[in-house]
Amino acid sequence: MLSHPFIQHALIAGTSIAVLSGLVGYFVVLRGQVFAGDALSHTAYAGALAALAAGVDLRFGLFAATIAVGLILGLLGGRGAADDVVIGTTFAWVLGLGVFFLALYTTHTSTGNSTASVTVLFGSIFGISAGAAATAAWIAAGLVVVLLVIARPLLYASLDPAVAAARGVPVRLLGPLFLAVVGATAAETTQAVGALLLFGLLAAPPAAAQRLTDRPWSAFALSAVLAVAAMWIGITLAYAVPQLPASFTIMAVSTAIYGTALAVTAGRRRRERRVPGATPIPAPSAAGTARTPPGCG
Amino acid sequence: MTPGLSWNVVDDVQQLLSFPFMVNALRAGTIVAIVAGAIGYFMVLRRQAFVGHTLALIGFPGAAGATLLGISAGFGYFGFCIAGALIIAALPGAGRASGGLGRYGEESAVIGTVQGFALACGFLFVSLYKGFLSGLNDLLFGTIIGVTNSQVLVLLIAGVVALLVLAALARPLLFASVDPDVAGARGVPVRLVGAAFLVLLGVAAAGTSQVTGSLLVFALLVAPAAAASRLTARPAVGVLLSVVLALAVTWVGEAIAYFSPYPIGFWVTTLAFAVFLLASAYRTAADRRAGRARTTTPQLSGAS
Repeated sequence: MLSHPFIQHALIAGTSIAVLSGLVGYFVVLRGQVFAGDALSHTAYAGALAALAAGVDLRFGLFAATIAVGLILGLLGGRGAADDVVIGTTFAWVLGLGVFFLALYTTHTSTGNSTASVTVLFGSIFGISAGAAATAAWIAAGLVVVLLVIARPLLYASLDPAVAAARGVPVRLLGPLFLAVVGATAAETTQAVGALLLFGLLAAPPAAAQRLTDRPWSAFALSAVLAVAAMWIGITLAYAVPQLPASFTIMAVSTAIYGTALAVTAGRRRRERRVPGATPIPAPSAAGTARTPPGCG
Repeated sequence: MTPGLSWNVVDDVQQLLSFPFMVNALRAGTIVAIVAGAIGYFMVLRRQAFVGHTLALIGFPGAAGATLLGISAGFGYFGFCIAGALIIAALPGAGRASGGLGRYGEESAVIGTVQGFALACGFLFVSLYKGFLSGLNDLLFGTIIGVTNSQVLVLLIAGVVALLVLAALARPLLFASVDPDVAGARGVPVRLVGAAFLVLLGVAAAGTSQVTGSLLVFALLVAPAAAASRLTARPAVGVLLSVVLALAVTWVGEAIAYFSPYPIGFWVTTLAFAVFLLASAYRTAADRRAGRARTTTPQLSGAS
């Protein structure tokens, strides 16, 4: 399996993208910005199709559109999840623009056909070239570095924005910056699993990780590990069963990982409740980190 | 006969109505706009936009699966959307107002996971069914061609049932949406009402998907309702206004789509967005005028 160049490229690009989306996804879920991620994934579609219609590199449109919209959402919404109605209405229109560009692309260029639209929506990780894989890996590495640099203040600002602001953390700057990183992540992920299937890597692994551990940094790392596991198992499954598209297998494994985490922790919590004296009840400090919603703090 | 636009509006309308497919599209659009406008108003009130979006996307694998099995796509939309609504209602805490957003990080992550998995299943069905690629864009982005008589009938039955249930549910639903704690204390079954509303939302999303496509349901479900809630604070007027705006957006969008080479999804979303922007601008202007009146003539503000 590893001797095929297309599998090697898929693994290089897929692993770097999975690490990135697992790490970014942890903060997306922690900050309650899943809906903003949804909007950014739809923006990615419109951006890519606009670039195709204009005849420039697809990736240029992807990154330009998602980073710009990420910044705008961050500047408008404070915490990004402020007004879901505005986000929803706007991204419905952005998606409508995407359809417009699709129609432009298919009617005005001789080479264009609807395959490009399907590729953007659902990805084709086995179609990534050596150069594209290397570029994806470098961009992912750069974004991971940016995220690691802002990770500590971002965690602080996510859990308790008021106290963080009082301590001198630039909360107002971090929000838009983080959403720009989410936007770039959406653009990266679109190349692997497609604009629509972003959540398999952005939401499921962090949700599973938060169930499995209470400590923020462990959950942060575990989220990336689970995303990479979903990517590798998914690629292997798609290679073994050619009828199944890789995007589907990656998504299915990712969902299965969350389902397993849910089942395991549900069983454990029920046991803890039955024998309250046997296991120590978690201290308030530990319980307050991951499982309680951040907005309550 | 090729579509051509003239300055004679009556001629244009007659030309529109001379094709059976266009008549069916308008019938379907009318039913869908009424249902989506009314249910969308409550969705905006309950801040469940993310859940509504996910339900709409769940319709896509339903339609793709139904096409794969050779049955009507309409049944796939309704079957999957209602099943998806029941699953989301069964998730802890997701049935209550604003459960899909913001503060409850893990719950929205779960809904996102459901959404991703549903779309992946849709893609699987599409790739199992070879030679389906052009139909895929129609499922996702809508088309005005090919709405059959039986589809309109199914839409009509589902729409009437949904509106009757909504009418019966409206009062407790409004109470439970505005103040869930007090409603619960007064004996309103908040969780049950929330679950019933999610099923209604599933029906509305499934119906709307058949006109605008799964990805663009928001144009009819959110934008008119959001515009209405910017224009009036009274729920009954708001529902009515939301329905009227949704109808206008659908009719004009379908007419423009007929005369233009670009798909209906683009026109409907653009019109809906324009309506929303106008309503927001009106709200801002009205607020500013009210604020100025209050500062200059304080005796009037007490009377209003």
